[in-house]
Amino acid sequence: MSEYLHPYRDVTFALRELVDFDALCESAGLNEVNAELADAILEEAGKFGSDVWAPLNRQGDLHPPRVESDGVQETPGFADAYRSFVESGWPTLTFPESFGGQALPNVLGTAVNEIWQSANLAFGLCPLLTQGATEAILHHADEALKAIWLPKLVSGEWTGTMNLTEPNAGSDLAAITTRAVPNGDHYLITGQKIFITWGDHRMTPNIVHLVLARLPDAPAGVKGISLFIVPKFLLDEQGEPSVRNDAYCVSIEHKLGIHASPTCTMSFGDNGGAVGYLVGEPHQGLPYMFTMMNHARQSVGLQGLAISERSYQQAVAYARERVQGTTKDGRKIAIIEFPDVRRMLMQMRASIEAMRGLALLAAAETDRAKASDDEVQASRHHERIELFTPIVKGWLTELSQEVTYLGVQVHGGMGFIEETGSAQHYRDARILTIYEGTTGIQSLDLVGRKILRNQGVAINGLLDEIDDCARQLASEPEMSVLAERLSKALDAGRQATGWLLEEGARTAWAPGAVGVPFMMLMGYLCGGWVSCRMAQRAAERAASGEGDTEFLHAKVTTARFYCEHLLPRTQGLLETILSGSESVMSLPEAQF
Amino acid sequence: MKLLVCVKRVIDYNVKVRVKADNSDVDLANVKMALNPFCEIAVEEAIRLKEAGVASEVIVVSVGPKAVQEQLRTAMALGADRAIQIDTDTMPEPLDVAKLLARVVEQEQPGLVILGKQSIDSDNNQTGQMLAALTGRPQGTFAYALKVEGDKAVVTREVDGGLRTLSLQLPAIVTTDLRLNEPRYAKLPDIMKAKKKPLEVKTPADLGVELKRHIIQLKVEAPAARKAGIRVDSVDALIDKLKHEAKVI
Repeated sequence: MSEYLHPYRDVTFALRELVDFDALCESAGLNEVNAELADAILEEAGKFGSDVWAPLNRQGDLHPPRVESDGVQETPGFADAYRSFVESGWPTLTFPESFGGQALPNVLGTAVNEIWQSANLAFGLCPLLTQGATEAILHHADEALKAIWLPKLVSGEWTGTMNLTEPNAGSDLAAITTRAVPNGDHYLITGQKIFITWGDHRMTPNIVHLVLARLPDAPAGVKGISLFIVPKFLLDEQGEPSVRNDAYCVSIEHKLGIHASPTCTMSFGDNGGAVGYLVGEPHQGLPYMFTMMNHARQSVGLQGLAISERSYQQAVAYARERVQGTTKDGRKIAIIEFPDVRRMLMQMRASIEAMRGLALLAAAETDRAKASDDEVQASRHHERIELFTPIVKGWLTELSQEVTYLGVQVHGGMGFIEETGSAQHYRDARILTIYEGTTGIQSLDLVGRKILRNQGVAINGLLDEIDDCARQLASEPEMSVLAERLSKALDAGRQATGWLLEEGARTAWAPGAVGVPFMMLMGYLCGGWVSCRMAQRAAERAASGEGDTEFLHAKVTTARFYCEHLLPRTQGLLETILSGSESVMSLPEAQF
Repeated sequence: MKLLVCVKRVIDYNVKVRVKADNSDVDLANVKMALNPFCEIAVEEAIRLKEAGVASEVIVVSVGPKAVQEQLRTAMALGADRAIQIDTDTMPEPLDVAKLLARVVEQEQPGLVILGKQSIDSDNNQTGQMLAALTGRPQGTFAYALKVEGDKAVVTREVDGGLRTLSLQLPAIVTTDLRLNEPRYAKLPDIMKAKKKPLEVKTPADLGVELKRHIIQLKVEAPAARKAGIRVDSVDALIDKLKHEAKVI
C-alpha cells in the first residue's frame, strides 16, 4: 500500500459542489471538458503520484543531490520518474494547444498539482518552477522566442528556473546587481543568483533559466530590471541543445527540508558572460514577474495544503494502529479513540478541507476571468484573484506549519524519529512561509496593495458575499450552529477592515505591524466560508438521499469542528488588530 | 487480427473491504472502484501485441451497469480502440458472463481473447475457462508469457511445479497472471481522446442470452479477528497443544 493515497472523493466533491466545475467549463466554452473528464484525469494522476512519486519522497530526503564536476546529480531514481511523468503528458495540462498543451482549466491543473506536491514536495518543485518560466515566456516574449523555447518547456522535455534572488536582494528585488550587456543579437549576463530551485540536474537535455538583470542604461531601482532567457545549453540550427552556456551551479544549499530539491547558487558569466535573450521590452522585468506572481504564490499555498494532507494521512494511519492503554473490560485501545488525539486529527482534517476549498475556489477565478463575457465581469474576477492570492499563499502556508506539527505530535516519540517519516513533512513545510514572498510580504501585499489602495472596495465586496452566505445558512436549521460562528467571524472581518481603512490611512507603521494578524483573520474567515458552503451542499445531498451519507455527514461534522475550533481565532486576532501597532513599534531598538 | 479483452469493475485494491451489517454482501455503497488488476495486465498485453503489429484492433468489453463505462474509458485511455458495455443491473456470475462473452466472440471473431485470470472480489478463476469451453477454443490460463507465432499462441503458464509452455492453435483464450507484464500509466492526451472513442451498449437480450443465476450467495463474513498467541513453557506442552487444540499434527 502506498504511503500516499489521493483523496479522490474529497477533491471531486470540492470540484463539483464548491467550484461547480461543469458550469464553469460550460461558461468557458470548453465543450469537451466536464466533471466526468476531471474524474478520469484525477484518477490516473492519483495513481501516478501514489505509485511513482510518493515512494521516492523519503529517498529524496535521505539521498539529496550532489554537485559533481560536470554539474548537479539529482537523487537517484528521480530521472526515471521524471521521464515517465513527461511521457505521460502531465506537464502540458493547462498550456495552450498551440504550443502542445491540453488547454484544460486552471482549477483542474491546481487539483492535479496537489497530487504531485503531496506525493513528493521536493520533486514537485521542478514542474512548478518550470511552469513559472513557461508562463513568463508565454505572456511576455515575442513570437520568435516563444517558438524556440516554449514547445519543450510545455512538454516538460526541458525544465525551467526562476533566477531573481541575490545575496543582497531577497525581499528587496530592486537591489539586484546582475548585469546584462548587449552583444550583437543577444546579451551577455554576469552575476550571481542564490536560492535557485532546481537550478541544475541531469534529468533533461536542457534547462531554461529566466534571469532578472540590469541593462547598462537602466534607471535605478524597480524600474530598471529586465528579464532574460539564459539557457544551460545554447541551441544549434536544428533547435537542439549544443554548446554549454556560461551559466553554472557552483554550490547547493544544505537545508532543513525539501532536501531533494537542489537549491543552487548560480554563477552567470564567470567565463566572459552567459548568453541571454531579452524577453519583451527592456526594464519591464518586475511588471512581467508580477503577472506570474499570482499563480506562483497560489501554487505555494497549494503546497501548504499538499504537505498537510500527506502529514494527515500518515497521522491517521498511525493513530489507528498505535495501541496504548486498556479499557476496564480488557480491550486494547488504539490512540485514535483518545479525545485529545481525535482533536488533533480533527484539527488537521478541518484545516485541510478549508485549505482545499479556498485553493480551488481561488484557482477557479483565473478560469472565470478568462471566460468572462465583458470587461466589467473580467475585472471583478481579476480583483478576486488579486485579493485571494496573498491569503492563499500566506494563510495556507502558515496553517500548514501547525498541521505538520500536529502530524508529528500524534506520533508521540515516534514522530521525532526520522525513520517514521512524519518529521520530514514537518521539515519540508518550513520553507513554505518563506519562499515566493514571506508571510510578512504577503500581508503587506494584502493590506497595502489589495485593500488600502482601492479603499477597501475589493475586500468589502468579498465580505458582502460571505455575509450573504451566512444569512442563507442561518435559514437552514441544521446549519444554524455553523451560520452563527461564520457571522461572528465575518463581523470580526468587517471590524478589522474598518480599523485598517481608518488607522491605516493615518499611521505609517499600522499596516506592517498588524498585517499578519489581519491576513490570518481573513484566512480563517475565508476558510470558514468555504467549509460552510461545502457543508451546506453535503447536507442537501444527504437529505435528498444521494451519495454516501456517511461521507456527506463527515463533511458537515468537519465543518462544524472548523467553526468551533478554528473560526474563534478570528476573535483573538481582531482584538490584536484593534489594539494597534504601538506595542509593536514603541520599544527602542537598543532594548532588544 | 482482432483482440478482445474482457475486463471487470471491482473494488479498488487499496480500499478496506467492509461487510454489510446483515452479512448479506460486501458493502460497496460509494466505495472506490477500479479496473481489476489482472484485467489491467490483460489490457496491457493486448496493447503490446498491437504495438508489435500482431493485432490490428483491440476491443475491450465489460459486463455490468453503466458505471463500468468508467473502466472501459480507462482501457481506451491505455490504448484499446473501442469498447462494448453489456448492460446488466448487477454483476452476473461467471457462467452468465461467459455466455455473454461467447456471443461477443461469435460476433467479433477475435483471433485472441485475453482475460484476467480472476477478479479480486469473487476470486472465482472460472470465466476464462468457461468461455473457452463455450466457444470450443483452446485455453492457456495463468499466462506468465505470451507470444504469437503465425497461427499459434505460445503461452507459458505458471503452475504449481514451475512453468509450463503450451502451443495453442488460434483462435484461443488466454488468462493473465501477475508476472505477465507491468501495466503502463495512461497518458493525459490519451485520457482526453478516450472520451471520443466508440463505446457501444448492448443488452443480454441483444445477444440472445438469458441470465440464469445458478448461484445464490448465502452470507459473507469478515475474516475472524486475529487472536493473541500463547506462550508454552516446554516442547511437550507445544506438541500437546498442536495435537489436541490446533489439531494440526
